[in-house]
Amino acid sequence: MNKESSYKKRSDGREFNEIRPIKAKVGIVPSADGSALFETGKTRAIAVVRGPRTLHPQHMQDPLKGILRVNYQMMAFSVWDRIKPGISRRSLEINKVIEWALSEIVDLTEFPGSVVDVLIQIPQADAGTRVAGLNAAVMALAQAGVPMKEMLSAVAAGKIDKTLVIDVNKEEEDYEEGEGSTDIPLCFGSFSKKIYLLQLDGKISIENFKEILKMGQKASEKIYKIQVEALKNPGKEVRG
Amino acid sequence: MEERKIVVPGEIIVEGESFLPGDFVRKEGNYILANKYGLAEIEGRLVKIIPLSGVYLPRKGNIIIGRVTSINYRGWLIDFDGHYNGFLSLNEVPKFINKGELRDYLDYGEVVYAKIIEVEGSSTELSLKFKGLGKLEGGQLISINSFKVPRLIGKEGSMISLIKELTKTKIIVGQNGVVWVKGEKIEDEIKAKKIIKFIEENSFVSGLTDNVKKFAEKLEEENE
Repeated sequence: MNKESSYKKRSDGREFNEIRPIKAKVGIVPSADGSALFETGKTRAIAVVRGPRTLHPQHMQDPLKGILRVNYQMMAFSVWDRIKPGISRRSLEINKVIEWALSEIVDLTEFPGSVVDVLIQIPQADAGTRVAGLNAAVMALAQAGVPMKEMLSAVAAGKIDKTLVIDVNKEEEDYEEGEGSTDIPLCFGSFSKKIYLLQLDGKISIENFKEILKMGQKASEKIYKIQVEALKNPGKEVRG
Repeated sequence: MEERKIVVPGEIIVEGESFLPGDFVRKEGNYILANKYGLAEIEGRLVKIIPLSGVYLPRKGNIIIGRVTSINYRGWLIDFDGHYNGFLSLNEVPKFINKGELRDYLDYGEVVYAKIIEVEGSSTELSLKFKGLGKLEGGQLISINSFKVPRLIGKEGSMISLIKELTKTKIIVGQNGVVWVKGEKIEDEIKAKKIIKFIEENSFVSGLTDNVKKFAEKLEEENE
């Protein structure tokens, strides 16, 4: 911990590198090809996968491989203030970054002209919804039997004033003293350890950045273990 | 044979130079990795995955059951629960059909038992010009996961003949996971449907044949 930082203790009593309690469950929507729930603290994400199935309109089809379509949405009541449902600039951005991360691992060359739909809903939000959504989406894709290179585990890292933290919650995200709060969503591959998603809005020094990557990597391994356990026991809620 | 265990994509199944990658696995360096969610099986040096889910992948030579969804002047479009429709050409039916009379031979919604003769990209060509193929009239269709078809058929067709015997129905299993059931009474068809669903859910529990017999007895008692 940085001694000059004004953020000395986390508001919910966690260690700086500690993630919130996780709940994961696979197979929550029986009619879908794949579905999963992923919860960290008060943030809850549900992902549903349908497909591969024929893509319409036909002009969008790729004759060489299937395509992936991600739809991320926060429910109207997911935050304290009502959020307007539907497409927003923010949800479009999140659709794109999740789609880019997932497209790297799925292999749809066997399904030309088809589409895999990934629908992510956030019934309850307390920061880190894009990483929770991504974690749920990967589990749902695996359960749907989509060919994949590896799994992904994402974690919302951040810098609160000068302190580096893992799995930021809403209260920390709104911290305004000193340098304020910087959000760094990270996503790692389970086998290759490659980074599939990294966003950074704000300032961070190179040393701090290297440190936060290490912290994120460790946290993602913990998340991966829970994802695997949930997939190996479909229908059972796994806590960690 | 080792006990089967569930693996997730990217998981290391075994380590060693001598293993060979089979279905849905890949080799990276010294590791054999999973490419799909399913049960890993190691048979001697061969490592493969039996998928637990996923859409049917059409293969040349497979015999499938499908339904007519669209008709054009060259033939019929057949939906067989794949990621794309199959095409049955006018030239691939055993009878000469005049243009404009396609609906008389096979109408919308009718069910066919056909062979895949070509798979290229998203197009799957079907044919009825083989023995035993053709239109299936009456009966019901049941969809199961295509990867569980070998379990439903059993060794040399033992499981499927058991179901036929227990329910007194005619059953045809398509390799795409669509099963056609026809009985004299509707109750028999429903009973067969329940048994098939039972096999799909319990396909990897040991002693499947005995469990199926017990399940059929239970259904019998419920009816009485």
